[in-house]
Parts: sequence; C-alpha cells; structure tokens
Amino acid sequence: MANKRIGQRTFSFNGEVRVIASAAVGGPKEGEGLLQKELDHIYPDNYAGQDSWEKAEQKMMEDAVDHAVKKASLSNDQVDLFLAGDLLNQNISASFTARTHQIPLMGMFGACSASMLTLTTGAVLVEAGFCNTAVVAASSHNCTAERQYRYPTEYGGQKPDTAQWTVTGSGAAILGKKGSGPRVRFATIGKVVDMGLKNPFDMGSAMAPAAVDTIEAHFKDTGREPKDYDLIVTGDLASVGHPIASQLLAERGYDMGKNFRDCGLMIYTEDQQSFAGGSGCASSALVTYSHLIDEMKRGNLSRLMIVATGALMNPVSYQQGESIPCVAHAVTLEMD
Amino acid sequence: MSRELDTGQQGNQSGSSSEPQKQEQKEYQEFAGKYRPKPKLFTNCLKAFIIGGLICVLGQLLQMMYIQWFGFKPDHAGDPTVATLIFLACLLTGLGVYDNIGQWAGAGSAVPVTGFANSIASAALEHYTEGYVLGVGGNMFKLAGSVIVWGTVSAFVVGVIRTVITMLT
Repeated sequence: MANKRIGQRTFSFNGEVRVIASAAVGGPKEGEGLLQKELDHIYPDNYAGQDSWEKAEQKMMEDAVDHAVKKASLSNDQVDLFLAGDLLNQNISASFTARTHQIPLMGMFGACSASMLTLTTGAVLVEAGFCNTAVVAASSHNCTAERQYRYPTEYGGQKPDTAQWTVTGSGAAILGKKGSGPRVRFATIGKVVDMGLKNPFDMGSAMAPAAVDTIEAHFKDTGREPKDYDLIVTGDLASVGHPIASQLLAERGYDMGKNFRDCGLMIYTEDQQSFAGGSGCASSALVTYSHLIDEMKRGNLSRLMIVATGALMNPVSYQQGESIPCVAHAVTLEMD
Repeated sequence: MSRELDTGQQGNQSGSSSEPQKQEQKEYQEFAGKYRPKPKLFTNCLKAFIIGGLICVLGQLLQMMYIQWFGFKPDHAGDPTVATLIFLACLLTGLGVYDNIGQWAGAGSAVPVTGFANSIASAALEHYTEGYVLGVGGNMFKLAGSVIVWGTVSAFVVGVIRTVITMLT
C-alpha cells in the first residue's frame, strides 16, 4: 500500500476525493457583511425561528446540511456519514442535527478548528472507501458562545479591542468521488501549541503560533512554498493574531505575501463592530464553504489552503488560571 | 512517593512547561504584546466620567423630584431613586441597549447601581430558557453574587477596624 503520509504529519490524498457541494448559512450580522451575496441563507434574527439560541444554532447546522445535500442532488439517506463539530458543551449542535437528519454521526471537537478537522477526517474516510459520501459541518453562534465562554450576552462589560466576535452560522460540505468540485489534496494535522497566554479576550495572539506551526510543517512535509498557493487563509486569527502569524512565518523564512488572509477578517465590513474580527467554528466554515469554494468553482482560485485555528480551553480551565492551548489543522484544495 | 514523582517531573501545574519552553513563551508574549492595540486609557476614563456622571445627575434629579413632588423626606428619597435607576437599567438591558452603552462607557455604566442591576437582569434573561427555578433563580446572581459576598465581607472588615479604632481612641 502506498504511504499516504508524507513528512511528519501531512496526509497526502490521491485526488479522488472532491468537495461535491458546499453551503453556508449565517445570522443577520453575517448577512449584512462581506458574504451577504454568497451565503445560502440569511436568518432575519439570531433566533432563526427557535425559542433558544442553542436551538437556533442547531437549526443553522441542519439548514446548512440540507442546503449542501440539496446542492449535491442527493437525499439524506444517500449520505453515509455526518462529521460535525461545534463549540457547545458536549457538541450538542452536531449531535442534535444528526438526530434530525438521521445520518450516522461522528461528532468531533476541535474548537474553532472543527471545520478542517471534520473535512480532513471525512476526506480520509471517503478516500479509504469506508463511505462513499460524507457530509462535514461546523457551526457556532455568537450568543451561545458568549454565554458559555464569557458573560451573559446583555451584560454591559467593556470588551477590549483584542476581543473577537463569534460568528453566527454554519457551513457544510459534501465529500465524495464524483462531480467536478475542488479536490482535497493535502491535510496537515496540528500539534497543540501553548504559548502561555491566558486572556480569553485575546484569542488571536494565543492561536497564531499554532497556525504558524502547522503552516511550517505543511511546507516542510510537502516541499511546497507560499507562492504555490493562490490563497492561504487562517481560520480566526483576526487583526491581532494574523499579523503576528505573518511575522513569525517571515522570521522562519516564509514570505507569505498578499495571498495570506484570515477568514475572521473576511466576514464583516469595517463599519460592523466586530472588535478584532470574527471567530468561532463558523468563521472558517462560512468563508470556506461559501466564498472560497465559489471562487474555486468560478476559476479565480486553483490552489487553496485553509488553516483552521482552535483554542482548546474551556471556561473552567481559564478561570483556574490555565493557559490556552491551541491547535490548527490545514487542508489544501485544488481545482483541476 | 507518587507525589514526589509528580512534582519532580511535571511541576506544580498540570501540563506546565519546562524551563526553555517557559523562556520561549515569555519571549513570544512580549513579541505578541506589540501587536495588541493599546487600551485607550484616557478616552475610556473620559467616557466613563461622562456617562457615570450623567447617571449620577439623573439620580440627583430623580431624588429632587421625589422630594419636591412626592413628599419624600430627604433622607428617605434615596430609596425610590435607586429603585427607579434599577428599573431603568433593567428595562434597557431587556431592550438590548445596556450592553452597547456599557461597551462605550466602560466603568461609567458598570460602577453605578445601574451596572449592578444590569449584571443581574442580563444573567436572568440569559438563563430563562433553562427554567425559572434552576435557570433564572439559580443564575441571576452569577455575576452580582460576587459583589454581594465580597461587599459584605469588606463591610464587615471595615466595621471591625472602625470599632477597634473607636475603642482605642
């Protein structure tokens, strides 16, 4: 059997697995932002017709999966596996969505790196033949995340400029061996990196070293360079973490240039108050599964790398004074 | 014995880092610090002064109103004044406005009694989907509880000091 792992931690796919279809849905704020024309559905309010924010997040993931399945001209029973992750305790958005859709579930937690964690695992299982079609999804909701990780949403505490705005919405993609969508080419799995930062209102600088570590590993493993990609995006480093990552990579000899961007800065306009930028599982999921995949299909991007970054703390750990361990998973997509 | 092994190999915090790692962490933290926008201390203080001051002016006006028009004695007029401010803060919290004021005003809207009311009302709102007993009742004082506990404790300590000083003099 051919060795599918190259270098230290990169999976090399044979190119058979494609993103057959993808979809993304977002809340009202996301709908007014930069992705407004590319989202499949925009909800008029954060409740999405439900009576709690948790149910709203679940509804968003259900809808994202529905849109993706429909765009792939499939039905739920033709999808073999559902891999999903979110930020809520015990991954309830993913599990409850699977309860609705009745697709066999593998729930995964990677905090905000869930989008690429599920995409990698899904692609591995499809290529290996354990399933023909898999749907991968990730979601987050500003209000559920605020409540779980920080303060009540209506609490009038002042947030610093380094804080980020958790993106409300969900993105989903269908993986299979048919169609003409982008091919999954490489996936580089992240190590957990902890630089000792403890401020939950400054996740960008906590996560930047994890992104750098994974990007560097990817280049070393594959022998590729930044210029081999039309675009490299990080998940949610925002305006504090992204320049840090850029500088750290430059110090390690990788000039990232203009084609290095951050999903957290590709969602809201400058007029929309989002502090340093977007964060959450939906940050990379929304941008990748709407704008970026669309750009690939339009022929504007042919080689893309998405590096989804996640902060792996919980509210108890940081209150106990633990620092914030972070991870980043990278996936590269290529158009023919 | 096992304890010795634990501390010997791992340090006092689970997952804590070795010395060279700590050095690397420290260097990174200094480096990352340069990228963080500086907190706007002066502007924030000014905003807090203005909004905090305005809230106090409003309180003063309310107090005068209760004395002038509702026949409250000056030393009792504070009670309806505080109640009115609390009501207004809760209303603005429910309307989803107070958090926006708080983001702008910082300590200006957090320190007065309105901020205390907001911390209780916002927690109550936040948890009402979990039911009135364990949700609202159990979580209402999630943020304010700390103020009540440590406020009482410090009042006690100050009271003791005061009593001791009075006894001595």
